[in-house]
Formats: sequence, C-alpha cells, structure tokens
Amino acid sequence: MNDLINVSNISISFTQYVKGLNQRELKVITDLTLDIKEGEIVAVLGSSGSGKSLLAHAILGILPHNANLSGTMMYKGEVLNSELKEKLRGDEIALIPQSVNFLDPLMKVSDQVIGECKDEAEEKEKRAKQRAIFEKYGLSEEVDDMYPFQLSGGMARRVLVSTALLSNPKLVIADEPTPGLDEKSVEETLNHLRQMAEDNVGVLLITHDIDAALKVANRIAIFYSGYVIEVANVDDFSGEGENLLHPYTKSLYNALPENGFNLTLGHQPLHGEIPSGCPYYDRCDHRLENCDKIRPNLISIDENKKVRCFKYER
Amino acid sequence: MDKSVNKTNKFDILGSMNLRTKTLLAIGLSVFILVLVVIISFFIDPSSITTDWSVMNKPPSLEHLFGTDWMGRDMFTRTLKGLGLSVQIGFFASVLSSIIAVALAFLSSFNKYLDSFVSWLIDVFLSIPHLLLIVLISIALGGGAFGVLVGVAFTHWTSLARVLRAEIKRIKTSEFVTISEELGKSKFWIARKQILPLVFSQVIVGTILIFPHAIMHEASVTFLGFGLSPHEPAIGIILSESMKYLATGNWWLALFPGLSLLILVLLFDIAGENIKKMLDPASAND
Amino acid sequence: MIDKKKIAKFLGYKIVRFAILLVVVILLSFILIDMSPINPVNAYISNMVVGPEKIAKLEAYWGVNQPITVKLMNWLGNILTGDFGTSLIYRTPVLQVISEKFTASLILMLSSWVISGVLGFILGVLAGFKRDTWVDKAVKVYCYILQSAPTFWIALLVVMIFSIWLGWFPVSGGVPIGALSNTVSFWDWLRHLILPAFTLSILGVASIALYTRDKLIEVMSTDYFLFAQARGESGWTLIKRHGIRNILLPAITLQFLSFSELFGGTVLVEQVFMYPGIGQAAVSAGLRSDVPLLLGIVIFSAIFVYVGNLIADVLYNFVDPRIREGEESG
Repeated sequence: MNDLINVSNISISFTQYVKGLNQRELKVITDLTLDIKEGEIVAVLGSSGSGKSLLAHAILGILPHNANLSGTMMYKGEVLNSELKEKLRGDEIALIPQSVNFLDPLMKVSDQVIGECKDEAEEKEKRAKQRAIFEKYGLSEEVDDMYPFQLSGGMARRVLVSTALLSNPKLVIADEPTPGLDEKSVEETLNHLRQMAEDNVGVLLITHDIDAALKVANRIAIFYSGYVIEVANVDDFSGEGENLLHPYTKSLYNALPENGFNLTLGHQPLHGEIPSGCPYYDRCDHRLENCDKIRPNLISIDENKKVRCFKYER
Repeated sequence: MDKSVNKTNKFDILGSMNLRTKTLLAIGLSVFILVLVVIISFFIDPSSITTDWSVMNKPPSLEHLFGTDWMGRDMFTRTLKGLGLSVQIGFFASVLSSIIAVALAFLSSFNKYLDSFVSWLIDVFLSIPHLLLIVLISIALGGGAFGVLVGVAFTHWTSLARVLRAEIKRIKTSEFVTISEELGKSKFWIARKQILPLVFSQVIVGTILIFPHAIMHEASVTFLGFGLSPHEPAIGIILSESMKYLATGNWWLALFPGLSLLILVLLFDIAGENIKKMLDPASAND
Repeated sequence: MIDKKKIAKFLGYKIVRFAILLVVVILLSFILIDMSPINPVNAYISNMVVGPEKIAKLEAYWGVNQPITVKLMNWLGNILTGDFGTSLIYRTPVLQVISEKFTASLILMLSSWVISGVLGFILGVLAGFKRDTWVDKAVKVYCYILQSAPTFWIALLVVMIFSIWLGWFPVSGGVPIGALSNTVSFWDWLRHLILPAFTLSILGVASIALYTRDKLIEVMSTDYFLFAQARGESGWTLIKRHGIRNILLPAITLQFLSFSELFGGTVLVEQVFMYPGIGQAAVSAGLRSDVPLLLGIVIFSAIFVYVGNLIADVLYNFVDPRIREGEESG
C-alpha cells in the first residue's frame, strides 16, 4: 500500500486577546505526526472540543484567519502547500463535516452538493451524478429541493457523506460523523466509510467515539491535550490490552464497559495549562525521573506503531 | 515548510503584539486632544473675539489660522470656543441620556409588564425622526441651550437602554442573583449591589459612544436655527452664518469649523471604540 | 409559498400596534407644543389681519382656555377626522402642504436611498472580500469619516465644490417655494435634485457598507462557508453563491430600518440646498411657530418611519425560507 498523506510535526496555535488586550498564544495541536495509506482508515481519537477538527482544516487549508500553522505535510510524496491544497480540496481530498450547520442555510441541498458549474453541460452531468449518489444513499428526489433545516438528522448525515463522493476523492476526512445518531444510522455511516476504503480511498476519521473508531479503523491515533501520544493498530485493542503501549491508551481501553469500566482519576490538561513535561504526567502511574520536566518525543516502534513515552525510548 | 503560511504567521504576531499599545495610544491621544480643546476653550475670553474691521474676510494665514469672518473676528478662536461649547452640551446630554437608559433598563428588569412598557417606550422614541423630536422638545422647553440639551438627551438613550436591558436579563438568570432572591434580598438591593457593578463598564462605554452623536445632533439643531441664540459661538451657528458668504468665495468660513467638528466627533468615536475593545477583548480576537 | 393567512394576521397585528403608536405620537407632540410658550392662536393672529369670526373658529379648534385633557381630546378628534388645521406660513390646509412637500422630498429620499443602498452594499462586499487589503482600509476610512461628518457640513462642501468652484449647478435657491410642479421645467427641477440627492447618497453609504462588510466577514467564518471552501469553491463565485446569498436580506432590512436617519438627513440637506421639501417646511414651521404644520409633519414622519420598519419586518418574517417554511411545517 502506498502512502497517501504524511503529516509531520504539525502545530496549530491561535493568538488570543484577553482582558486589557494582553495577548497570549493558545496551542491547540502540538507536534502532530500521522500517516494514512491508500485504502486505510486511520482514526484520530480524542475528547470532544479538543481541537482535533483543526487537523482536518489544516489539511484542507481552511484554517481561520488568526491561526498559525507550522510543520510539514506531504501528499503522495509531494509537498502539500497552500496552492496544492487549494487544487486538491473538493477534488482529491474531500471533507465530511460534523453537522448540518456546514450546509448553507439558504441554498437548496442539491445546488450545494453539485457546487459551482461552468456551463449547462457540466451542470447536467453533475446533477445526474448527484442524483445517482443520493439514490444510493436512499435520498429521494424530494430531498434535492429541500433546504438544510428541513432535513432530519439521518438525512443530513447522508447528504453530507454524499457530498464527499461527488468528486471521486482519494482521501476523505470524516470529522465526527457519528454523534447524535441512533445506532442504526451510526452503523450505516460507518459502512459508508468502509465502502470508501474498499474502493481504495484513504479515510481520516476524526472522532471522540472509541466504539466507532474500533469498529472501522485500521489504526487509531490517540490524541491527548493537543498531542498524539500513541498510534496503535486496531488489533492491539484486544485481550488485556497488553499490546497497547502508552499508559493513557491502556487506561482508555480498561475504561470500556466490556473491560471492567476502570476509570483513571483526573482530567486532561486544558489548552493553555499544559505542563512543560509529559502532558499525561499528573495521571500516570509509571512516572520516570524526568517525565515532569522533559516532554517525550513521538517515536516509531515499527512501521505502523508510534508512542510518546520515555518507557519505550532507548 | 509551507512558506506562505510561515509568512502570515510572522505578520500576525507582529501586527498583534502592537495591538495593546496601539489601543492605549489611541485612547490616550484622543482623550488628550479632547481635554486640551475643552481647557483652551475655557480660557478664551469672549471679549478677545472682537470685531476688527481692518481684517475683514481674510483667508487663512499664519496670523489667523482659520481666516477671519465679515466682522474681522478670528475664526480659529471662534471655532475653539464653539467646540468647547459643543463638548459641554454633549457631555451633559450624554450623561443625562445614560441616566435615563440605566433607570429604564432597571425598571424593565422588575417585572414583565414594566419590561414590555420599556420596550414599547423605546419604539415610541424611535418612531419619530430624532432631529424632529429634538426640535419639538427644544421648542417645548422654550428654546435655548437647555432645550437642545434635554432634546438631545431624550433621543439618545434608546440603544444603550436596549443593550443594558438584555445584559441585565442575562445577569438575572445567573446563580448568585437567584441565591440572593432566595435569601430574601430586595429587588432594589440586588439591582444596586449585584447588577450595577457588572454593567458599570458598559454604561461608561455607552456614555462615551453617545457623546459623538449628541455633539453632532446639537450642531445640526443649532445649524437649523433652533436653540442657541445667534450670538453664541456655537459650531452650528458659525456654519449657518457661513452659508451666506459661500457665494462670495469665503470657503474657509465653512471648511475649518466643520472639519474641526468632524475631527472632534471622530476622536470621541475612536476613544469609545478602543475603550470598548479593552473591556471586551472578544471583539479584538477576530 | 407565502402564506396569505399568516401575512394578513401579521399585518393586522402590526396595524393595531401602529394605531396605538400613532395616537401616542399625536398626544405626545401636542403635549410638547402645549408646554411651549407658543400660543398657536396668537401666532396665527400676529401674522395677519383676521376677523373676530375666524378668531373664534381658531380658538374652538385649539380649545383655548380649556383644561389640557379637553384640549387633547379635541385635537385628537380633529386629527382623526382628517382636519389637520391650516398652515400659518402657506395659508393652505396642512394636509395639502404636506402632500405637496412630501412628494418633492420622497423623490429626493427615494433616489438617494436606492443609490446609497446599492453603492454601500457593493463597497461593503468588496471590503469584506478583500479584507485587510488597501481596498478594505480605504472603504473603512471613508465610512468612519462620513459617519462622523455633520450632514449639513458635507452639504456645504458639496455646494462649495460643485456650485461655486466648478459652477456646474445653481447655488441653491432658484426654485420659488411652492412652485414645484407646474412653473418649473423638468430639467430645472432635475438640476436642483442632483446635488442634494448626491449628498444624501454619499452619506448614506457609510452605515450600510460597514454593516455589509462585517456581515460578510461573519459569514466567511461560518461552518457552511468553510465547507463550501472545502468542496473546492473559491474566489468570487464562492462570495456570490454563499456570501451574498446570506447577507443580501439583512442588508436590505437594515436599509429599510434607516428611514428615520434618512428623514433627518433630508431635513438638513434641504436646508442647505433650499430644496422645497418636507424638511424645509418642518424647519420653517418650527422657526415661525406654525404649530399645525409642525404637528402634521411630525405625524407623517412617524408614519413614514413606521412603514420602513414594517417592510423590514415583513422581509424578515416572510422571505427567509428558514422562517417562512420552518413555521409552516412546524
């Protein structure tokens, strides 16, 4: 399998003003490294509101005005700079957004899905394709002329998924596609992702839903306080979790209902209060000498697995 | 490395590092000029604006920066005196306006009938064009500076009252107010001790932002010939007089006093907006 | 489609509300005049020779020497029956003066309203689209300055530049008061309309342009705008498809809400250009104690402002599909 996208040492921060207009730097994502191969589903798993969506926006080049981005991205071996991002987005790279809020409230669904057309021939062709995809997802012809607010939750989700397919993408970024859906719709959505992977599309699944991630992903990157602390194979999440490396991943696995619901005390440090050492230091029960002072690097264990912990450095 | 991204980063940091300093500078500078204008205008002896037929209708020169009028009076001194008067009327009018706004906003928070009464009252005051209402009120009070002042004050409280009304509603749903209510504290006590301190900064900003409008409306009404007597050196009167001399080419009579008024109003706006930014950083984050 | 029954109900509610508001405005303005040292009857008498019969009629109209409540009811009754009294300055019924003057002003107001709306919207979109570039900065500076500029001073500058310095237009005046429709030729009239309309237009641009700019920037940071970008839309088409679509209605609504300022601006501009419209009539009425005319103008200006607000309300409630169809299905 070929590498589709390589993201290395990405950091995203915001300059913020607080009372009295003193400014501070707010780091949301620090030193994130990740790769996705063709036909592979990689999940980025982190708690909600931790800023993982910004990774998607960074890859697409649609970060907000006041965001600062550093690090390198490669797409099929080519440097992914803003020009390339602009060329690829909506074409080879597609986004499945979180909610119906990502649809223009004043535009009919079908008009949005097909996007801008240069001439009538193109419009006709795109409309036909859109109809076919909608049909595949069980969206009747009435849906074409609906406004986003008229869609039910499940319908909206299917519309959002079908927008991604209109351009035959190579990489699909699904940003929290499951929350708020009933079990059947979740299953349905995950099936769509599986189907895409079978068609040799790479999928980046950004989620806080560990069940969903375990069901579809090949690999899971664990996101903690803005850091990726481990990239594990999905098979590692089995048995006693003995193949999991990072203490946090282990505790996460042990907290699952079927594994005894063992919760670890404490909470993730918020943005802006991350300690200088390991972000997990406060809650870790394998602390080493320097863990509170020096931040461990993300090291590769083998081709697929990575971890950010001094225990595995040698 | 993505070069274009890197470039904008640098620019952003540079541009934003200065924001606090820039804001403070803008506030300091505009307040300084405004205070200066008021102080100087206080010390101008009205008798120094005397008629001097030897320097009638002189265009601007080093001696008379803004030129002289048809009676040989120095336009620079007259303008300064007029600006001082405008600031005074504007000050009293906007303070009075804010007092009305605060009183009505608190009144609306007492019960829902008073609340709908206040929002209805706002509708009534917005339904007559401001300028016409000021004229009407100043006529009712028999004209004069006092009439204009009250007229301006009674037409400028609506927007601040709206903002405060919404803000007080928000505060009243917060926990510490609910607890005080359960402890049996009176509505008046809660208003004075718990709500007023929280909306205080908004009241200050609101008052400063009423100021420029008040000054402008005062000038407009005097320009139309209501309120102040033609002997007062108000900007509106100076400009209305200048109209008669435009055709003869005395452009400086209208240009400089008006420009000074514009700068004065602009300074108030800048000061107000920047103070608002300092107190409410969310607006600066964008 | 638009629900006729709903719109009728809405309008009915609005009209009742307006009727109450109008009564209050009538009473309020009457009380204000009653407080003033002006005596409408004396003001009338002192301006011309009047017979005792006429005086008695005037005293009856104004309810002289009666308690304020009786006077109020008397006056309200007169107004409701359409009797606005006789103008002191023009010596014709107030309604006739107002209809003539308002027509003249409406042309002025309407033309500058349209021009400033279109121009302001275009400038606002440009500034928002080209955010933080020199275009944006130029538009912002222009708007901030004009927002702080006294209307009448800008009017004076326009006179100085175009009438006196360049000599393109007459130096105000010229059209005798009351001789608008028949004695003056169309071109003459147009020559007198252009400068005041121009002045009002360049002033009206400021608020709508700043609003449009901010609104566009707001839309540009929404999720749906972001997603449109993620789908590969960009540049001007993106602004057109998702930006303008979402800001046009609020901008038009705002423009309708600006009738009050428009009226105020017209009063000042008419004064400088001596344009024989409702503003000039209002000022003369105020200065020369023409009480019936002043009260009549106050009432009609309130109607004018209310109509603007009403249209804005209708637009807001019945054009946006979210509100229009959302309530229908819900």
